[in-house]
Amino acid sequence: MYEIRFHGRGGQGAVLASKILAKALVEEGKSVKAIPSFGFERRGAPVAAFLRFDDKVIRQTTNIYHPNCIICLDPTLPRSVDIFSGMNPKGIWVQATKKSLDQLAFPSTVSRVGLCDAFGIALEIFGRAITNSIMLGAFAKTTGMVSVDSVCKGMESVAFRDAALDKNIQAVHRGYEETKVFDINGQEVS
Amino acid sequence: MARTIVCDGNEAAAWGVALSRPDMVAVYPITPQSSLAEYISQFVADGIIQADLMDVEGEHSVLSVLQGACLAGARTFTATCGQGLAFMFEPYFRTPPLRLPIVMSIVTRDGITPQCVWGGQQDAMTVREAGWVHMYCENNQEILDTVIMAYRIAEHRDVMLPVNVNHDGNYLSYGVEKVEIPDQEEVDAFLGEKNTNWHAALDPDRPMGVDPLTGGAGGLGPALFVRYRKGLCKGMQNALGVITEVHKEWEKTSGRSYAPLIEEYRLEDADYAIMTIGSMTGAGKDAVDAAREAGERIGLVKIKTFRPFPLQALREALRKVKAVGVVDRSVSFGWNFGPVYQELLSAMYFLNRHIPAVSFIGGLAGADITVDHFNRVIETTAMALHGEVFSEPVWLNENDQSPGSDRVSQ
Repeated sequence: MYEIRFHGRGGQGAVLASKILAKALVEEGKSVKAIPSFGFERRGAPVAAFLRFDDKVIRQTTNIYHPNCIICLDPTLPRSVDIFSGMNPKGIWVQATKKSLDQLAFPSTVSRVGLCDAFGIALEIFGRAITNSIMLGAFAKTTGMVSVDSVCKGMESVAFRDAALDKNIQAVHRGYEETKVFDINGQEVS
Repeated sequence: MARTIVCDGNEAAAWGVALSRPDMVAVYPITPQSSLAEYISQFVADGIIQADLMDVEGEHSVLSVLQGACLAGARTFTATCGQGLAFMFEPYFRTPPLRLPIVMSIVTRDGITPQCVWGGQQDAMTVREAGWVHMYCENNQEILDTVIMAYRIAEHRDVMLPVNVNHDGNYLSYGVEKVEIPDQEEVDAFLGEKNTNWHAALDPDRPMGVDPLTGGAGGLGPALFVRYRKGLCKGMQNALGVITEVHKEWEKTSGRSYAPLIEEYRLEDADYAIMTIGSMTGAGKDAVDAAREAGERIGLVKIKTFRPFPLQALREALRKVKAVGVVDRSVSFGWNFGPVYQELLSAMYFLNRHIPAVSFIGGLAGADITVDHFNRVIETTAMALHGEVFSEPVWLNENDQSPGSDRVSQ
């Protein structure tokens, strides 16, 4: 079982991202369970969402406390929320930021990092800092656990509030292409 | 061809409703039920559901509208929870003795005060004695399937009672997983002709008094009132067999099988067991599997049907074990234990054997019941098995400090 925790701010679409990734993973034959964290829905407030996937049926419907992967949709969130809390060793961290790896602090449990200037891309595509679909592209690039095609397929049945499907598909592709992936010793992988 | 979608529990319930072809749906939104009402509205707007949709001014009207519709022969649906259910209570209590086969989802939510908008089973548990059939679902597929089955059960001639299909607010209402949507033709064949109202139709050709004045201490009143009450009890009793039969039929149609009343999990050679209800069960089963691997002879009993109470089935399960730990997601105030635990104590009278039992209360107001919590449930129940007495409930989330939660980190 692989466990992913999404961090974002209300309005950036963390919960929707978890749902789209769930659909994408089902496209690839996985069993999934995704749930949002339960807080008050306020724009800008920290939110989290949880996604489990596996080859066999997942039974537990609980929050995730020891994630294998953390996807953070917001560049400033790590300053106010301990996004790495409980992270398992050999963890993967996918972060929206325009900073370089040496400008970022992260714990030794992280073994692979994917960095993507999702805000910059979002402003170009949507004119607003909505980063969820971009960061799904970043996740696909960093982990190789899901294909861009499946992510795009996962978006087909989604009613997007802020932009049309074609813009979101463009966003996934740009997230994939523009993400820099590093392994633990800081070496750029791709 | 059945098709597979990935959806949350509220959408799964809405698909169950759509496939059951209701004639009238009345709704009033309340968290965490709101998106279920929205899915149904969308389905009506898209022509997926060919029903009259009434947006009324509150839950009291929701159920009153459906009573009228049902008396006119309509198949009906609604959903509510928490304070909405509280506001609905007056027509809620009247529906079972009217013998109206209304199906209603309770997207369970804890009770206020203090303020909270999250899941818990306090709402559904508080109305457990009102005469509705209560079934609790474990996952989204079971929600969809149970909504469909609920119509067969409610409309059965030997039952004719309203049915609540309960699913946990938040964890199931917003939890997303793979769900198979059966074919419409399959569901049509399974449900057969509507049998909503043969007993009290508002039909000028067949005039009949509905809801007559009864009771008091004179004339036919007392006897008539008793007849109504006994009739309701009989319908409840009959429902046990009907629920079982309908689950078997649905398995033939869909290929999916569910324990209709209670599920026994790894109980055959168990020394002791934990009892669960609703979506917590998955984590409970995972904890049982881990404890089994560590050599514990532990099993699990899941309540699916809570009303009518599955006394006989539970008795058979309890025969196999020597101690039980019951996890409730609500509180029975006054007894100050969980309601499922209280019912277990009643059932034990019929066992003619005393079994040590422990009450656990967890998952209130959206709190999580994790595998770690279940590990504690198992350890504590093992202590009861070895003679320790627990005269107070164990509150599972009493000392929770959840890492990674935004509320803690802010």
